[in-house]
Amino acid sequence: MVVGQEVARFLFQRIALGALVIVFASALTFFFVNLAPGGPASVMRFDVTAEQREALIKRMGLDKPVTQRYVDWATGALRGDLGTSLLTDEPVAQRIGERLPNTLTLAGAALVLSIGIGIPVGLIQALRRGSALDHFLSLFSAVGLAVPVFWLGIVLILIFAVSLHLLPSAGVTGIADDTIAERLRHLALPTIALATTTLPTIVRFMRSAALEVLHEDYIRTAASKGLAPRVVVTRHALRNALIPVVSAIGALVPRLLGGTVVTESVFSWPGMGRLALDAAQGRDYPLITGLTVVVATIAVVTTLLVDLAYTRIDPRLRVA
Amino acid sequence: MTRLGFAALATLGAIALLVIVGPLLWTIPPEATSPAQGLAGPGAVHPLGTDELGRDVLSRLLHGGRVTLLVGIAAMLASLLIGIVVGAIAGFNGGWLDAVLMRFTDGMLAVPAFFVILVVITVVGTSVGTLVLVIGALSWMPVARVVYGETLRWKTAEFVVAAVSLGVPPPRLLLRHILPQAIPSLVVSATLGVAFAILTESALSYLAFGVQPPLPSWGNMLQRAQQYVFTAPALALYPGLAITAVVLAFNFLGDGLRDALDPRRRR
Repeated sequence: MVVGQEVARFLFQRIALGALVIVFASALTFFFVNLAPGGPASVMRFDVTAEQREALIKRMGLDKPVTQRYVDWATGALRGDLGTSLLTDEPVAQRIGERLPNTLTLAGAALVLSIGIGIPVGLIQALRRGSALDHFLSLFSAVGLAVPVFWLGIVLILIFAVSLHLLPSAGVTGIADDTIAERLRHLALPTIALATTTLPTIVRFMRSAALEVLHEDYIRTAASKGLAPRVVVTRHALRNALIPVVSAIGALVPRLLGGTVVTESVFSWPGMGRLALDAAQGRDYPLITGLTVVVATIAVVTTLLVDLAYTRIDPRLRVA
Repeated sequence: MTRLGFAALATLGAIALLVIVGPLLWTIPPEATSPAQGLAGPGAVHPLGTDELGRDVLSRLLHGGRVTLLVGIAAMLASLLIGIVVGAIAGFNGGWLDAVLMRFTDGMLAVPAFFVILVVITVVGTSVGTLVLVIGALSWMPVARVVYGETLRWKTAEFVVAAVSLGVPPPRLLLRHILPQAIPSLVVSATLGVAFAILTESALSYLAFGVQPPLPSWGNMLQRAQQYVFTAPALALYPGLAITAVVLAFNFLGDGLRDALDPRRRR
């Protein structure tokens, strides 16, 4: 019962901190954009008359103090209204909504790939500690940590698209055939490139967590009472080693989302990262503010979900 | 230190020597274009060939290395400064300031930094100075956590308590007695910080939000290389290999230093 209360408090603190992060990220972006010399760009355009300018300033509410504008913007954002894109005059929420599924697909696939490969590889390295295989895999993750994502993307295109003609290098699906198989083929290379932002870290965490657990007394007890090594590893070692790994995965999500900007750019993937680049290049301030807030919200929500998983995996924290 | 750590240090020394001395010996200017000789393969005049504007790739690699390493080190110093101030004040002061500063640090870690960097650069514009400050301002959090932990740990140590009872004023206590204890951990953070800063700079430069041409950097050399990946794949290979090698070396050096400096990890 006491444990349950503590978990409840832990989760409450996490939710409060998450909400603060979203407010903080949105305020930071909003004030930065609005207080910058020159201010929101549309007012700076040269092809408008003084009257149009006045009208535009009124319509955008730029005659009001900036704190008032932030409050207006934030109340709108809570209702799902993130303002209007300066470049296309479409609602920002709609433009982001069109791109959101593509980014979630890509980031989700990269995360699944990282977890699916990272956990077994880290575990194998821990079990075969000091072996040639362990050293080789360690070197592999060290290189993975060092290689720039965009450059790996270019190299993958060079190998699999240009030389071998095996996989497509750009876009979400084929022009002629929009099948699931074709979509998966297009997803392959961007997923591999993006996964390098998370996979090496997961492998390293898994390896060191498993090494620590394998030295515990209960592992020796389990082995000496005659349990099959397979059962000792999967039921006793893996489960306990996963606890720190899960919290590491939560911390990796912001990095993963940041990586989508570069990956989507290399592979012409129509997601939020590329939209952010377009918005930045076109100085579409409402769009880039909206994007930053949406991405921060995704990061916060995912981290919360990871914290929830954390309390489920660790029986000591399970809510009664 | 591990053998791997020494090898990394030697590699970094060799690369540093190459980009410092290299441009003095290899005198073809990195901005000099000759479109007629664009996309040339390796030859006597241009040992690594030329890019799409006929600029000498070797010269651009050497000069670009200077820019990339300089930005990486400067951004690391900026993040070190912010991290030390935040972590030391939070740990030394304690109380509500501790809570506010460390929750702020947690919050910054949860913000996808790359999107914020784009916002800042869009508003402020690109220059090497802003690039350094922006990367520093968004990567100080691990440093702050390290300094925070060390400050908490040493604040109650006997030699610090002794200094307090001798009447040493708090700022001096922090600067002369507590922070020096954090130096080993900071050296490790700094080394890994350069690696992170170089990766961030090269990604931003690749996206045209970082170092602006004609000034070369390893990142912006890759900007156009993707277009020519069919005809001149080598253009994309050299700068990428250079970035990977340097970042790998900094990471190995950081790991090696950690093993050497942290007694808890010593076997």
